[in-house]
Amino acid sequence: MTTAVEIAAAVRAGERTAREVLDEHLAAIDAREPELHAFNLVTADEARATADAVDAARAAGHDLGPLAGVPVALKDNLCTRGVPTTCSSRILDGWRPPYDATVVERLAAAGAVVVGKTNLDEFAMGSSTENSAFGPTRNPHDPSRVPGGSSGGSAAAVAAGFAPLSLGSDTGGSIRQPAALCGVVGVKPTYGTVSRYGLVAFASSLDQIGPFATTVEDAALLLEVIGGHDPLDSTSIPQPVGDLRGQLGRGVEGLRVGVVRELTGEGIAPDVARRVREAADALAAAGAHVTESSVPAAVYGLSAYYLIAPAEASSNLARYDGVRYGLRVDAGNTPDMNEATRTEGFGDEVKRRIMLGTYALSAGYYDAYYGKAQRVRTLIIRDFAAAYEDVDVLLSPTSPTTAFAFGDKTADPLTMYLNDVCTIPSNLAGDPAVSVPFGTGDDGLPVGVQVMAPALQEGTMLRVAAALEASR
Amino acid sequence: MSATESGLPGDWEMVVGLEVHCELSTATKLFCGCPNHFGSEPNTNVCPVCLGLPGSLPVLNAAAVTYAMRLGRALHCEVRPSVFARKNYFYPDMPKDYQVSQYDQPTNVDGWLELPDGTRVGIERAHIEEDTGKSTHVGGGGRIHEAGYSLVDYNRAGVPLVEIVGRPDLRTSEQARQYVAELRAIILAVDVSDAKMEEGSMRVDANVSVRRPGEPFGTRCEIKNLNSLRSLGRAIDYEARRQIALLEAGDRVVQQTRHWDEADGRTHTLRSKEEAEDYRYFAEPDLVPLDPTADEVAAIDDALPALPAERRHRLAEASGTTPATAAIAVERGLDVLALAAIDAGGPPERVLTHVEHNLGAEATTLAPAAFARLVQMETGGELTATQAKQVLAEMVETGAAPDEIAAARGFEAMDTGALEALVDEAIAADPAAWEKYQAGDDKVAGAFVGYAMKATRGQADGKAFTALLRARAGR
Amino acid sequence: MPDPISRDDVAHVADLARLRLTDDELDHFTEQLAAVLDHARDVEGLDVADVPPTAHPYELTNVLRPDEVRPTLDRDEVLAEAPAAEAGQFRVPPVLGEAP
Repeated sequence: MTTAVEIAAAVRAGERTAREVLDEHLAAIDAREPELHAFNLVTADEARATADAVDAARAAGHDLGPLAGVPVALKDNLCTRGVPTTCSSRILDGWRPPYDATVVERLAAAGAVVVGKTNLDEFAMGSSTENSAFGPTRNPHDPSRVPGGSSGGSAAAVAAGFAPLSLGSDTGGSIRQPAALCGVVGVKPTYGTVSRYGLVAFASSLDQIGPFATTVEDAALLLEVIGGHDPLDSTSIPQPVGDLRGQLGRGVEGLRVGVVRELTGEGIAPDVARRVREAADALAAAGAHVTESSVPAAVYGLSAYYLIAPAEASSNLARYDGVRYGLRVDAGNTPDMNEATRTEGFGDEVKRRIMLGTYALSAGYYDAYYGKAQRVRTLIIRDFAAAYEDVDVLLSPTSPTTAFAFGDKTADPLTMYLNDVCTIPSNLAGDPAVSVPFGTGDDGLPVGVQVMAPALQEGTMLRVAAALEASR
Repeated sequence: MSATESGLPGDWEMVVGLEVHCELSTATKLFCGCPNHFGSEPNTNVCPVCLGLPGSLPVLNAAAVTYAMRLGRALHCEVRPSVFARKNYFYPDMPKDYQVSQYDQPTNVDGWLELPDGTRVGIERAHIEEDTGKSTHVGGGGRIHEAGYSLVDYNRAGVPLVEIVGRPDLRTSEQARQYVAELRAIILAVDVSDAKMEEGSMRVDANVSVRRPGEPFGTRCEIKNLNSLRSLGRAIDYEARRQIALLEAGDRVVQQTRHWDEADGRTHTLRSKEEAEDYRYFAEPDLVPLDPTADEVAAIDDALPALPAERRHRLAEASGTTPATAAIAVERGLDVLALAAIDAGGPPERVLTHVEHNLGAEATTLAPAAFARLVQMETGGELTATQAKQVLAEMVETGAAPDEIAAARGFEAMDTGALEALVDEAIAADPAAWEKYQAGDDKVAGAFVGYAMKATRGQADGKAFTALLRARAGR
Repeated sequence: MPDPISRDDVAHVADLARLRLTDDELDHFTEQLAAVLDHARDVEGLDVADVPPTAHPYELTNVLRPDEVRPTLDRDEVLAEAPAAEAGQFRVPPVLGEAP
């Protein structure tokens, strides 16, 4: 498998054409996509046109950009002008946005070649991609298992070699958890690092777009391209992401690493817990000071998250009403039409979260639920800040288990939600976190280790991830 | 104001508080760069943001914030750190099915405005929010409940609004009208909106209740669709009487939202508050808090023009009248001229009279010193009132000096000898009338004055002539 | 913490959210939402009265854009996505009443 860094270098040097690179990846897609269903849509024709344009630009002597000729898959909740964007929901089936997401524009400017839109849990709500209206994605390592979610399609696409890079979105772990289950690198950047403009909103104060890649260096490269201030997103942090790749080779000598006590005990499968301990040992062997850290309020993360995220979602998803775009189910008047459209257009998990969020915000319950969850969020932020006074990064499992079988957790939403117990705290805190593959579980399936860092410390975080990667 | 003045039956008193929505005249909408323009072809001033397309995000318009603060400060509000919230409800003209509005932390709080009669009306808050689109109801005569279907235009969606929430300090419909007129004058003075009720850039909702003076507030009803000052006054009076009739019949007033029907002159039930929506307000996560610095607020204060109430007071003080008397001059924007003329030595009372009766808004071109000189000529007896009016009109038209105009027109004050001769002439012309006048019949005096005016083609000073006439008759 | 969510509560929020539920779904969702909310009871014992709420993880203030006109969308492109359009506008069935 060739990395994005290698592809871009080869294309820029004229050693390979973007078209050749693309055709190889399209061939990989042809071979395995029918089995895996990583994509909602493969945009082969548009991709060929883009690749040819990159090659023509090179022939004309233009600068090609850092992702020259690199195939990239996009989670299907990122708006692409004129190309269907569905969020894996019937309610948006066939919708063609009249605009590109900021990240899509930045990819294009960097010379990347978008190969398609990947499958996800409907509106990014889920941890297994089983909630897609268009059928689940299968885990490339074991097609009888889920790829994780909600960015299961983007994780599977990279794991299967359909593209060296993909983008996902992470609201409670939706990049890191599937990255772990599919054995690839997945980064949730600091909230505000990557513009959300053009990302179909799930929970606005938690959503972040981030990269999937086969290597930490590739993930860093993609983050450099998509990150940095965007005036179209009011929550975008007004500073550049800087040179991340340049920091990867610096090693972890002298870095302080804390293993999070609250995220490594109860509920974590023994084989996963063992890999986390080995990862800590590997870092210690590489010269890091490894200790145990405590983030006491992290245990309340799940509760706070399942009030905050649905509350925001209930409002964000109100606009799917059959008036302006997407599905309409006809009825005699507008309120009935809204209701018929939403009832038919949304799947059960989306309905569940809309109702949960509506309830958490409704008169008489706001203070007890939404209000309290926001205060708990403050506690979690404080506890992380306290932990980071003693360590530079924190370590935990990404997912409590390796990839599970289809249908294992669909009956009980709470069981499914517990998948996100290790990833949610970083979303609530707004801090960056990465899942890096670290061996396999007893079932031979990939295990991911999560490295968390304070806001805007992606450089240090990725350094640690690179050290873990190198230790394998 | 007493109940009698309110025109309500018995000793009932109405309690009115107004909510005024004012569209800000920024170049672009509140959260996107679409033109903020009235009257464009439907759905041409739209983009992903104001259409609420999936993935779009709002970014706050700096000018809208400045305009809102300017209005807030003109209403003596405190400017505070603020947060936008989402007000969630479904309606097709609202693209996101929530409205972004300041809720529990608005930009402007706790101000007041002063009516010309000196009444101070409290302003609870003046907050920023986005407007909705516009629906047209097709079929059923365009009536909402009978329409066959509706068409939605989102050009107005996202236009910046300030909602000015007044306290329930108004006691008559006339005061309510004055409040809106005053608010409009302030809005125009600070230049943040064209404030046209007929075009909907200024919209008024009225909360009306009735009580007997001294009693606690009664149950209120909110009246919507008041799109002129006339409708506002009529609707409030109708609604107060409706509530009084209910109470006097032993019924109770039910808290409702009501719709004013201009055609039949009544308010009608829209919905009762019991079935009110649960708006599920929460802080808008796509926007960040606003926290204006003291310097920014000070800069806004420094740039505020003199406001109508202040101008009324200043002119009243300078002219020795009341703010209510000075109101017309301020309304016409002639207070600056009046003040300057008074300052230049023009007798204040006469200056105000001319401003009130003989000058229009175009008179702002008048040189204050010249205006003052004219008034001096008049009060000094060099010109009659009629002549002064004519000279003034020509001054506005040509900009010439009053002395020149008077000379050119031959308006020279007659000396006493000439006036005496004129009295002799007039008596000689009608000896019978003179006898009557001597006998005390004042009615005939008019005939003598008329003679004098005719004989001098209006140039005689009527007052001086009459004084001589009276002296001659020994009265 | 309030009482456990009831079937009527679920019916009410479904109504607020413009979702129609069958009787079976109502039972089913009530049970599931109750389980999630019950899990959230673990925050019950936390005294957070003096803790300020966090709405944004990264504190920014006064993010403003200049009042400058930007390109608008092409109306035909916009209306091509509409389920129903007429005379340059979005067409909807009768709305029944004014906005609240």
